[in-house]
Amino acid sequence: MLKTILRRTGKFAAIAAAGLVMSAQAAEPIKIGSFLSVTGPASFLGDPELKTLEMYVEKINEEGGVLGRQLELIHYDDVGNASNARNFASRLIRSDRVDIIVGGSTTGATMAAVPLVEQAKIPFISLAGAVVITTPVKEWVFKTPQSDRMAAERILTDMKDRGITKIGLISGTGGFGSSGRTQTLEVAEKMGIEVLADVTYSGSDTDMTAQLTNIRNTDGVEAVLNFGFGQGPAIVTRNYDQLGMELPFYQSHGVASDSFLELAGDSAEGLRLPASPLLVPDSLPDDDPQKKVVQDYKAEYEARWDSKVSTFGAYAYDGLMLAVQAIEAAGSTDKEAVREALENIQGYVGVTGVFNMSPEDHNGLDADSFRILEVQNGEWKLIN
Amino acid sequence: MFAEFLQYLFTGITIGATYALIALGFTLIYNASHVINFAQGEFLMIGGMATVSLTAMGVPMVLAIILAVLLAGVLGILLQRFAIAPAKQADVVTLIIITIGASIFIRGLAQLVWGKEYHVMQNFSSDEPIRIFGAVLNSQSLWVLGIGAILVVGLVLFFTRTLIGKAILATSMNKEAARLVGIRTQLVLMLAFLVSAVLGSVAGVVVAPITFTSYDIGIMLGLKGFVAAAIGGLGSGMGAVVGGLLLGIVEAMAAGYISSDYKDAVAFSMILIVLFFMPRGLFGAKVVERV
Repeated sequence: MLKTILRRTGKFAAIAAAGLVMSAQAAEPIKIGSFLSVTGPASFLGDPELKTLEMYVEKINEEGGVLGRQLELIHYDDVGNASNARNFASRLIRSDRVDIIVGGSTTGATMAAVPLVEQAKIPFISLAGAVVITTPVKEWVFKTPQSDRMAAERILTDMKDRGITKIGLISGTGGFGSSGRTQTLEVAEKMGIEVLADVTYSGSDTDMTAQLTNIRNTDGVEAVLNFGFGQGPAIVTRNYDQLGMELPFYQSHGVASDSFLELAGDSAEGLRLPASPLLVPDSLPDDDPQKKVVQDYKAEYEARWDSKVSTFGAYAYDGLMLAVQAIEAAGSTDKEAVREALENIQGYVGVTGVFNMSPEDHNGLDADSFRILEVQNGEWKLIN
Repeated sequence: MFAEFLQYLFTGITIGATYALIALGFTLIYNASHVINFAQGEFLMIGGMATVSLTAMGVPMVLAIILAVLLAGVLGILLQRFAIAPAKQADVVTLIIITIGASIFIRGLAQLVWGKEYHVMQNFSSDEPIRIFGAVLNSQSLWVLGIGAILVVGLVLFFTRTLIGKAILATSMNKEAARLVGIRTQLVLMLAFLVSAVLGSVAGVVVAPITFTSYDIGIMLGLKGFVAAAIGGLGSGMGAVVGGLLLGIVEAMAAGYISSDYKDAVAFSMILIVLFFMPRGLFGAKVVERV
């Protein structure tokens, strides 16, 4: 009896030892950590982001991984809650011991994780929009989406090109709208554009006719800009049309999606907004370096998930690819080396834009990465 | 100048009529049970969302609206039977808390079934707005006002001319006495939930073309409807209508003439001012406390 047990234990020990040797031969996977708002109010951001990460981690692994090592994605759902984001970031750093973090769907979630990341000295690529994430520059923090400041610059530049110097501004009171309003006012002052009317609406408002009437009755307004997010801008667009306002009308990148066109319907005709080239992949000129990247991402995403591609998922695509490129350039997952490689990435052609990172710029995009689109016959048309 | 004023007025009346319909729903249930039903906004959401999803399935608009209103009615009955009735011994505050729980539950369910996107609903008639003295009026606003008026008149007749209406009033005045004279108070309560669910869902259907609709549209509109009901004096049908219109107009004027930043603040401080000077609201019943 005792003998059999001993013999069996011996066998197990032998097998276990063999297993250990085997796994030591195969390289450790590179751990990519992520916390995203997959469910909850910001799920429209986190859901496509997670799908994108999952699908491209799989794809990269099938093609042999990075530096001959497989990628392992470890992700958590912060439900759009900043304190969850902080807890998960801490778990990723302390217990999962990831090599790099790509995540943070919202500005709130990102900023909650920033102190931890800075302290632990681990590279972090955020997928959220606000300027504060990378201005002032934080040593370990990078981000892929353009900021609202760039959107404001892009819109106002387009207005100036059309000879417009006096505008009316209507913005949502939510985080996106109010930050956009502040940036627009600052950029407008710099560019010598006067904001003659400045009105707001709250996210749950169902009629913006009063605010628009206010703008219409302001003398000298030559164009109207709406900085907002969600259904509000669609209602503004409809009211604008109902009031019969003829001035050139601009929206922000916050509503650059097909669902906005659906909501606003015919009333969106003729309005312009800055957007990712992802909305018009086929209209991009052939010499545009982004054309192929954008087309491929759209095709692959839609084939895999059977749902419409979104610009938010593209932020995750760029985040992951930047991480991979940095790890390859560094030749290891040594955190300081990866950070330095990230900082020195030049000319990476992504879906969102062409990234040129530097120690002073951890976003690496310029306002031109936005394309100005106009709604014509219910579809997006590339203007420039 | 006048056109501007007229524009604010139109905007105010349209949104005010919606508030009034929601406020009427609050009033009805309050009258029958002294419960403030915070799930009222969800009936509004069900009306709009069900209509949108049914029309998307190819059901003709009119039939879709009827089915949506029926669905909301059934939901009202279920709410009363399975959430309010089992807790009948509980005091009013507990029942109010139950309705808050029910509203979160319904909203969650709607989010699962219909998703989180906003949906469009077609105008009942033409998309072309109507121009009057330089101001524009959305044709759907006329529908909101017209249907609102019909419902208000219908409710008045219901309460003054029908036995069931009177039974609801009797139950609200004194539940024990009503039971003693042979009124089945549980049935009356169920009826009150049914009627207010129908009211709420009709409001949801008629405003959906103006406001869009989504699973969470009921939160803010429900809250504003409650403010309207409180301003008018909880329990008064007339008060609900006047309160709703007043709230809508004040909001629109505030957004137009003062600043859109203070629009909601003006609306919510109005309730403070009214209740400070008239604690029972504009049309609240004068109640003598017997000691």
